[in-house]
Amino acid sequence: MVRYPGSDRNAVNGVSFELLGGELVVLLGPSGCGKSTLLRTVNRLVPLDAGRVVVDGRDVTELDPVELRRSIGYVIQAVGLFAHMSVAQNIAVVPSLQGWKGSDVAQRVDELLTLVGLDPAAYRNRRPSQLSGGEAQRVGVARAIAARPRALLMDEPFGAVDVLARTALQRELVRIVRDLETTTLFVTHDVDEAFRLADRIVVMRAGRVEQVAPPLELFDQPATAYVRDTVHAGDDVYRRYFVHARELLRSGNE
Amino acid sequence: MNYLTAHPARVAALAAAHLELVGVALAVALLVAVPLGLWAARRRNVAPWLLGVLGAIYTIPSLALLAVLVEWFGLGYTPIFVALVVYAQFMLARNVVAGINGVDRAQVDAARGLGMSPSQILLRVEFPQALPVLIGGVRIAAIAMISIATLGGYVGGVGLGVLIFNGLTLHQPQMIVAGSLAACALAIAVDATLRLAERRTAPR
Repeated sequence: MVRYPGSDRNAVNGVSFELLGGELVVLLGPSGCGKSTLLRTVNRLVPLDAGRVVVDGRDVTELDPVELRRSIGYVIQAVGLFAHMSVAQNIAVVPSLQGWKGSDVAQRVDELLTLVGLDPAAYRNRRPSQLSGGEAQRVGVARAIAARPRALLMDEPFGAVDVLARTALQRELVRIVRDLETTTLFVTHDVDEAFRLADRIVVMRAGRVEQVAPPLELFDQPATAYVRDTVHAGDDVYRRYFVHARELLRSGNE
Repeated sequence: MNYLTAHPARVAALAAAHLELVGVALAVALLVAVPLGLWAARRRNVAPWLLGVLGAIYTIPSLALLAVLVEWFGLGYTPIFVALVVYAQFMLARNVVAGINGVDRAQVDAARGLGMSPSQILLRVEFPQALPVLIGGVRIAAIAMISIATLGGYVGGVGLGVLIFNGLTLHQPQMIVAGSLAACALAIAVDATLRLAERRTAPR
């Protein structure tokens, strides 16, 4: 449970679910529903007032917050690339904090740029101000996974990116999560995005969980009226569209 | 101009002493203002209060402040030195606060989320980006201090003010002109140097 100081209601309450290793779970809900707050309790950016968050079998409050955060990737909508550093320096932040050797870091930076679809030779020395929104978030993703975290937290990461770049980023993300088996918690208010990406979706509303289920199960067996309305359950046109969009994203060409 | 050409070594020595006074005062002022500014930038409710007080001090006429300080410290180097340190606080602390608060909050959130400790966030993310703004404050403070430091000549201090006030006492306008010109030249040179530093540290 989380309640912000000065607020008369709980931002998050009565939430319980578990992520499996390598799973991509989407927190879906309108703005203000507590999904970002919930996400930020995982790496202790937001303290819990009651309840527990367990990562790899350990209660996060038992862990040093700085060490915990270094072991979990973090991507936000505003990207937050460090403006005074090059692309390579940005990506190298966590490996450097963990004391990697310089040559290992340099090699890892090039590897990651390639992984997120940017040419290392063309991009490693650029400044964040010289990147498009989509490119910046690719670097943001590379920075988050640089030190091979086992888990990844993403807070509306593609919300500010134009549609074409967003689709490309979604495809890369699904591939990266699958290939690296990075357990991922992904926040969005976009139903379409949730259906494309998720192994399972957690539908949230006013700080509570409405339903936790794989996308099509949400559609076929909505637990509440709210879920039914949110996913347009019962409308076969939407169902076919969602199935198609998922397949397209995973097919490698669009 | 005659005094300047007749006694270049004396003017140069006074200019050097002037620069040293301002330089040391500036260094001490920074040691106070930077921690003060960082503290205020961290606490949103402190900053207006602190800058209000420093701003009020800044509005005290320098000659009046100097008179009070002479009462406390006697004549000589100390009163003008203290006056310079006190006057610089407002310009320096204000720019530290503005520089730190000007750093994009998303970068600070990302830095926290990636696992930087509070001191790493300060040293690796916030301070490097606040530096051009801080140098801007140093530049403005240095110029003001070069001008205020001339009052040191009136209270038995060091620097180009000695020339100006001796000129006044001895009715030697050439000494006054020489002292003033040298102070101007000093201010212009310091301004140009710090402008360069400001530009060098600005993000490309």
